[in-house]
Amino acid sequence: MNIFKRHLTALAVSAALMPTAAVQAGEVEVLHWWTAGGEARAAAALKQMMEEQGHTWKDFAVAGGGGEAAMTVLKTRAVSGNPPAAAQIKGLDIREWAELGFLTSLDSVAESENWDQLIPPMISDVMKYEGEYVAVPVNVHRVNWLWVNPDVMEDAGVEIPTTLDEFFEVADKLKAEGYIPLAHGGQPWQDATVFDAVALAQLGPEDYRKAFVDHDMDVINSEKMEEVFSQFARVMSYVDDDAAGRDWNTATGMVIRGEAAMQIMGDWAKGEFTAAELTPGEDYLCAPAPGTAGQFTFNVDSFAMFSLTEDEDIKAQKDLARTILEPEFQTLFNQNKGSIPVRTDMDMGAFDTCAQASMETFRSSAEDGGLVPSFSHGLATTSYIQGQIFDVVTNFVNSNNPDPAKTTDQLAAAIQSAM
Amino acid sequence: MEHIQRRPTGVARASSGLMDGLQRWLPKLVVAPTFILIGIGIYGYMLWTGVLSFTNSSFLPSYDFVGLAQYAKLMESERWLVASRNLAIFGGLFIGICLLIGVVLAIFLDQRIRQEGAIRTIYLYPMALSMIVTGTVWRWILNPSLGLEKLMHDWGWTSFSFDWLVDSDFAIYTIVMAAVWQASGFVMALFLAGLRGVDSSIMRAARVDGASLPVIYWKIILPSLRPVFFSSVMVLAHIAIKSFDLVMAMTSGGPGYSTDLPAVFMYAHTFTRGQMGLGSASAMLMLGAILALLVPYLYSELREKRHD
Repeated sequence: MNIFKRHLTALAVSAALMPTAAVQAGEVEVLHWWTAGGEARAAAALKQMMEEQGHTWKDFAVAGGGGEAAMTVLKTRAVSGNPPAAAQIKGLDIREWAELGFLTSLDSVAESENWDQLIPPMISDVMKYEGEYVAVPVNVHRVNWLWVNPDVMEDAGVEIPTTLDEFFEVADKLKAEGYIPLAHGGQPWQDATVFDAVALAQLGPEDYRKAFVDHDMDVINSEKMEEVFSQFARVMSYVDDDAAGRDWNTATGMVIRGEAAMQIMGDWAKGEFTAAELTPGEDYLCAPAPGTAGQFTFNVDSFAMFSLTEDEDIKAQKDLARTILEPEFQTLFNQNKGSIPVRTDMDMGAFDTCAQASMETFRSSAEDGGLVPSFSHGLATTSYIQGQIFDVVTNFVNSNNPDPAKTTDQLAAAIQSAM
Repeated sequence: MEHIQRRPTGVARASSGLMDGLQRWLPKLVVAPTFILIGIGIYGYMLWTGVLSFTNSSFLPSYDFVGLAQYAKLMESERWLVASRNLAIFGGLFIGICLLIGVVLAIFLDQRIRQEGAIRTIYLYPMALSMIVTGTVWRWILNPSLGLEKLMHDWGWTSFSFDWLVDSDFAIYTIVMAAVWQASGFVMALFLAGLRGVDSSIMRAARVDGASLPVIYWKIILPSLRPVFFSSVMVLAHIAIKSFDLVMAMTSGGPGYSTDLPAVFMYAHTFTRGQMGLGSASAMLMLGAILALLVPYLYSELREKRHD
C-alpha cells in the first residue's frame, strides 16, 4: 500500500513542479455502468448539466457484469496514476479505496452545501472516510419491498401479508389456487436479497445491525439466527422448482403475467413494471416485505471522487459533486431509475406512489432507527464477508436437506474466517 | 579506373558480411519478441501470481507476506472443496466419455460408409461453437420449464421428469453432458486421422490370420494409436481444468455454488470479492494440478520416444 502512496506523492510533486497549464475549462471524467434504459437517460442528464456549467464531460462507461468489468478497468487506471475524476463505487468499497489513498476530500463542497443536514447520518457515514466526505450519494434504493400482482391476490381471495405468518397463510392459499406464491430467481445475490428481508423481519433492525454490520457473534451464532434460517427455508419453499439461475427481471415478469403472485426485490423492479406500462397502486402494488413495515433496508449508489492534479479539473469535480445532490438532478435521475432522492428535504410530488411511500418510510426510519444498510448489496460489510454470507445462504437454499442449526454454525465460521 | 573498380567489390564484400550477420541473427531476431512475450506474459505472470498467493492482497496487489495463510484458508473453504470435487467428477467423466465416444465414432466412420464427409462434418461442427453458445443452448434444453421436460409434458408424457440442471446434486453432470457434446466430435476427428494413417496391409494380414474385426481394432490398431490418445488426453485435460465459460453460461456455478469449478472460484475471489491473495492461491493449486497430471505423462511418453 505504501507503494501507491509513494506513487501518488511522486505524481503530486511532479505536477507541482510543472509550469501552470494554460487556463481551460475543467474536464470531468466519470466511470459508470449506467448504459441501458432509464439509467442511460439519467447519465445523459448529468452530462448536460455539467456542460451547462462550462465543463467538458468525458464519458467512461464500461458496461457489463454489474460493474465488475468497470472495476477491473478502474484498478488499472488508478494504479497507473491516471484515475478518472469520479467512479461509481458503493458501500464499503469506498472505504477500501480511501484507505489506499486514492480518494480526495469533498469537505469544502459538503460544508457550503450543508450535506450533513441533507443526508441522514446512516448514509453519510458510508460516504465518509476518517470524518471527511470522499464520495457523493446519488440515490437510495429500498431493498425490502414486496411486489404484488393484485389480480392474482383477488382471485385467490387473499390480502397482502404484513407478517411472515400471514405470508405463509396467504402463500398456502395461492398455492392451492395453482399460482406460484413467490417469484424468485435462484442466483446467490437474489437468495441473499430475500434472506436480507427475512432476517430483518425476524431479528429487528438492532440485531440485524449487530449481525451484519458489527458481526457480533452473540447474534450470528444464536438461536435467533437459527430461527431466521428456518423461516427463510419456509419462505423459499413457496418458490417454484425451476428458479435456479433465473434472472430477477424474468421473475418480475412472472408477477406481471400473473403466473406468480409476489416477489421480494428492491425497487429497481419498478423499471420492469414501468416498461410493461403498468401503473403502481392499480396494476401492481408495492408493500414492505412481510414483517418489515416501517423499516428500510437501503442500497445507495454513489460516486467516489479521486485525487486529481489539475486545478480546473478539481473545480469541475467539485461542481459535479454539488450538481449530483441538487434537487433538479435528484428528481430527474431517481424518476428514471426507480429509486428515491438521497436528500430528505425533497418535494416528492413528481414521484409515483411507491416512491412516495418509500420516501416516507425513509424519513421516519432515519428518525426511529429502522434504517439499516443492506448486507446483500454491499452497504453493510466488505465484499469478502458479503461473499462468504452469500455462499452459506445460497448453499442452504439449494441444499436437499437444509439444516438451520448446522447452517448457523457455518455462517459464524464463514464470517469469522473473513474478518 | 582501379579505384572505381575496387569500390563495388568493397561494397559487395561489406554488404555480404552484413548479409551473413543478418542471416545468422535474423531467425533469433524474429523469434525474440515471441520469446519475450511468452516469457513475460506466461511465465512472468505465473511467477507473480505465485508471489501474490503468499501475500494478503485484497482488491489490489500488496506485498505484505503472510506465508501459507491463504492456502490454509483455501483448504478450510467449503466452496473450494466443492469446486475441487466437481473438477474431479467433471474432468474424469468428460475425458473418459469423450474418448469413448470419439473412438467408437471414428471406428464406425472408418468403415468406408456413404456420405462420410457430411457425417464427419456434422459431428465435428459443435467444436466450432463457442462454449458460451453451447452452454446457453444446453441451459435452455435442460431447463425443466422451458426445454426437454416441458416438451415431453406437452406431448402428453406428464410423468417425465428431468431436472438435473436445477438439482444441486446432479447439476454438475449436465455440464459434463454439454462438454461431451461439444468435444467428442473433435476427438473423433483426431482418431479418424490416426486410423487413416494405419497401414491397411496390417489389417489385411490380420484378416488372413483369421482375426475378427473387433479383435483387430482392440489388439492391433488402437494400441498403435497411442500418440493420438496422448494428444487427446492432453487437449481434453486442458479444456477440463480451464473450463470457465461453459459453467458461467450454463449455471453460473449454481444452483448455489454446486457447479463451481476451480476456475470459477478463482475468478469470483480475485475479481468480484477482492481477495486477490486467495484467488492467486487457488490459481497456483490449479497449476499444480495440471503439472501433477502432465509431467509424469510427458515424461513417460517422451522417454519412450527416445528408445524407439
